[in-house]
Amino acid sequence: MNAPNDETGTGPKIELRGLKKSFGAKTVLDGIDLTVGTGESVVVIGGSGTGKSVMLKCILGLLWPDAGSIRIDGADVTALTGRARQAHTEKIGMLFQSGALFDSLKVWENVAFALRSRSAMPKQQARDVALAKLAQVGLAADVAELSPSELSGGMQKRVALARAVATDPEIVFFDEPTAGLDPILGDIINRLIVDCVRHLGASAVSITHDMASARRIADRIAMLHDGRIVWEGPAGEIDSSGNAFVDQFIHGRAEGPIGMAVRR
Amino acid sequence: MNILAPIGRVFIGFLVATGRLVAFAAVSVSHCLRPPIYGRSIGRQMIQIGYFSLPVVGLTAIFTGMVLALQSYTGFARLNAESAIATVVVLTMTRELGPVLAGLMVAGRVGAAIAAEIGTMRVTEQIDALSTLSTDPYKYLIVPRLIAGVTTLPLLVLVADVIGVFGGYVVSVHSLDFNAANYLKLTWQFLEPLDVITGLVKAAVFGFLVTLMGCYHGFHSRGGAQGVGAAATNAVVSASVLILAANYMITTAFFGA
Repeated sequence: MNAPNDETGTGPKIELRGLKKSFGAKTVLDGIDLTVGTGESVVVIGGSGTGKSVMLKCILGLLWPDAGSIRIDGADVTALTGRARQAHTEKIGMLFQSGALFDSLKVWENVAFALRSRSAMPKQQARDVALAKLAQVGLAADVAELSPSELSGGMQKRVALARAVATDPEIVFFDEPTAGLDPILGDIINRLIVDCVRHLGASAVSITHDMASARRIADRIAMLHDGRIVWEGPAGEIDSSGNAFVDQFIHGRAEGPIGMAVRR
Repeated sequence: MNILAPIGRVFIGFLVATGRLVAFAAVSVSHCLRPPIYGRSIGRQMIQIGYFSLPVVGLTAIFTGMVLALQSYTGFARLNAESAIATVVVLTMTRELGPVLAGLMVAGRVGAAIAAEIGTMRVTEQIDALSTLSTDPYKYLIVPRLIAGVTTLPLLVLVADVIGVFGGYVVSVHSLDFNAANYLKLTWQFLEPLDVITGLVKAAVFGFLVTLMGCYHGFHSRGGAQGVGAAATNAVVSASVLILAANYMITTAFFGA
């Protein structure tokens, strides 16, 4: 997905400035600056426990940042509460790492959940939309009546993807989309992500430590380490970044600046 | 000095936990009063919490009523006061044992189930997913359970009262050779509406406590299967203790000097 960032006078879709978050004495985010353009796909890479998920949860409003601003379409959502905040977070669809499908509901009810909760869409119409979204991720209509627990991991991921894009969001977040999948299934999910995002014209933020996935879905890659963005650049330049952190990460070496940081 | 530090830490921890629980309860109750209310979820929870608890509560009640009649007979026979048995059975059931035993049984059956279900939803990110799909987890998960608990437990206790009295009746008439009509007359003779009403008030409070503790511990569970297991245990233990403490306080409020 190499659609260039269209800079036709519109500002960035998401803009993080100086975002900080600590849990007790542990600083997880230590001043994140990140900009995501309209229609752009940004992948944030970084080791486990570097605060990638926390960053997404701050933007989604599931966690409150300690400092800094989060702008969505120019409006600082950290200053908003209640309905006003919800209006902005409703622009975001989220694919959770574990899928997070509601196991008390059928597959189609999962996909149609936001359609029903936001706009009280009639049941039959919501079901039709859900079936169309399921078809988009390559699932047949007979899956729709099953319970999520009856599906394999890969199918659950597809259903979760269909649910994330069911309301045609302007922004989609992907939390470790390929975690726990075999490489082939991982590539299928990557391709579906690229297709879905291009189809929607949405901005995408993905967090992953799977470099194959990052290369496949990213326009731009940012590397998170120790609560900060240590490198940021076009996906094509990841191999020639000249950044010691990035080089160590993409080659998966035990030795390097990141290892030193862990030992200290 | 070092001996005082752990005591203080435990005490502060207790205050923090109490504060968190009260805040959680206040937020939950405030959501009960504001739309949207998910009617279908409430109905489903009333069936889960109320209807499916009928067998266990009914069995508890009938054996309790039977034991009450036997025990009070062996005691009162020494004083030639056998005629008081019917009154003892009905007052004990409606005022105390009906609500307390039903509350404890429901705490074991429902409190653990609620904590496990909501706890699993927490650790598998389903609660976060609800928020991102524009649905308030308090309204969708907690409000239906609280409302179902508060409304169905009094109904359960009413059934338990009747079954418990019936248990006492069966034992008295068939093993202790009471006259059936006389036993029923004695049952009604000293029973006042307040006896039943206090039992139902207790039941509503216990229903609130059981569902609240289930929701609270589930909602704040951490760390996978172990966390969910701990949440279920804590929900049952804390609900049971709170039921017994609340029982004393409500009894004092109604009948205390």
